[in-house]
Amino acid sequence: MIIYKLSDNIISSLGFSSQENYRAVKNQESGLHLQENTFGLPEPFVASLIDDDKLNEAFFALPSSDKMRYTKLEKAAILAVYGAFADTGLHPSDSSILFVFATTKGNIELLDKSEDYESERIYLWRSAQVISRFFDNGNEPLIISNACISGVAAQITAARSLTAGRCKYVVVTGMDMLSRFIVSGFQSLKALSSCRCRPFDKHRTGLNLGEAAASILYATVDSQEKLPQHAIVYENGALCNDANHISGPSRTGEGLFSAVSKTMYGIDKEDISFVNAHGTATPYNDDMEAIAIERSNLNTTPVNSLKAYFGHTLGAAGVLETIISAHALEEGLVLPSLGFEELGVAAPLRVNTVLRQSDKNRFLKLISGFGGGNAALILRKHNT
Amino acid sequence: MNFAIKSYCRLTNNTLIVDGKKLDIEPVSSENASWLNDVYRCLNIQYAKFFKMDTLSKAGFLASELIFNSVGLNRDLFHKDIAIVCFNSSASLEVDTAYQQTIQSEDSDNYYPSPSLFVYTLANIVTGEIAIRNKIQGETSFYIAERWSVSQLCDVVTDVFADNSVNGLLCGWVDCYRNHCDVLMMYISN
Repeated sequence: MIIYKLSDNIISSLGFSSQENYRAVKNQESGLHLQENTFGLPEPFVASLIDDDKLNEAFFALPSSDKMRYTKLEKAAILAVYGAFADTGLHPSDSSILFVFATTKGNIELLDKSEDYESERIYLWRSAQVISRFFDNGNEPLIISNACISGVAAQITAARSLTAGRCKYVVVTGMDMLSRFIVSGFQSLKALSSCRCRPFDKHRTGLNLGEAAASILYATVDSQEKLPQHAIVYENGALCNDANHISGPSRTGEGLFSAVSKTMYGIDKEDISFVNAHGTATPYNDDMEAIAIERSNLNTTPVNSLKAYFGHTLGAAGVLETIISAHALEEGLVLPSLGFEELGVAAPLRVNTVLRQSDKNRFLKLISGFGGGNAALILRKHNT
Repeated sequence: MNFAIKSYCRLTNNTLIVDGKKLDIEPVSSENASWLNDVYRCLNIQYAKFFKMDTLSKAGFLASELIFNSVGLNRDLFHKDIAIVCFNSSASLEVDTAYQQTIQSEDSDNYYPSPSLFVYTLANIVTGEIAIRNKIQGETSFYIAERWSVSQLCDVVTDVFADNSVNGLLCGWVDCYRNHCDVLMMYISN
């Protein structure tokens, strides 16, 4: 069985479709801006936020007679799923479609102001049900909450569900919105950069946060011949823990190295067009990734991070960054890593700074997070 | 290959059962945090990090200790061939609520976001704590479900063992919220 990406969609500060988002990245536009007096926080912060008015306008333009009240997270996720199905001829209510969600904090802002919603709405399973029921999909959705690696973990879960034959299609949606809760927490950890983040740069000082909902619709065929031309194929994915620290990466990049080794098994590194790293721009994450990349003998492969475009979109990151990277692979391009000037990580690395062409057919997506989790994923462009 | 449940542990607010045998722990309090500390003391575990964990991690940690003691896991070696997959309904809402209280007020005297609480506001941290304690470097995953579902668990177990490099899986339900502790974990291997 071959699993391939049928369609995708992104709702973020850079646009309300994958194309808009991809085009913005190609033009090196960033959705990150200084936010002052936001969420009633005493300190300003740099983040990419989805505009509420624009989101409401798009959401209320959807054909639905539903009178239910939806949170910002749910609206963004519904728009993401809706757009992913738009040109497929499939209806999301179909019982052969499984919904898989990746989120770290769901509707967590309801802890603060929950008066407008039923108390259950704070549960991740409840927001997942609300979204899948908007589309009248009767299957029980799967929800993965694996910190920052959730978006890649959810794609691996999707591939397993398809391989096991439990469904014909999976729509994977990564989603997280920012709130007083999340931003204050990252501020308390001193993890945020006061300016736009600079992944892998010598002068990087931390990460920026971002909001996004992104969906990938995966489908299957039983032979290569049946793949659509230039289809993006899900090739392999793996998850490995560092067993080192709950909130700090391993100094040797052990878990990420293992995940890359498993994912790359049987694949020549010469076939990898680029590595789309996690690249949060925290000193420790980027050092750890550089070490894992070097240990994997990928230090001459172009590497990029999309964090200076979108910020760290938490549970959405793995899905959003896979989509943007897949579009680049489709066009034979390697996207520039914004905000990078001078290499400043613990191992040599070839950070890509300009839009360049590549005729290679695979990319490797890396991601790591709290709890010691690491994940790697390879997608391949099918050439007929 | 044949896989079987080698050990299991049931832990609630007032009960502790390992492999079918009830362990007697005299509860000093029925509140989660104190009861879990009582369990820790009665089991003679030496692991100072336990006391900085949130309730969810404490509960998962204790169940995993009993299970790995029962199967005789070697904690001196790294285990790349063991995976950990947990499920629950309330994610990390217990510690989320505690963290929320530290940021509730806008007045600066009552605004003191706690980094030590914040790091636990992710459901999967419990899988990380268990991985660190037992040097487990395989997959760690956390799924959220409305309720305990045997069929969902069976699907995950089948999927995890579909990877031939996996020889053992610690999995189950770990939920702690509002003084309600509900843990059923098991170790499956060949």
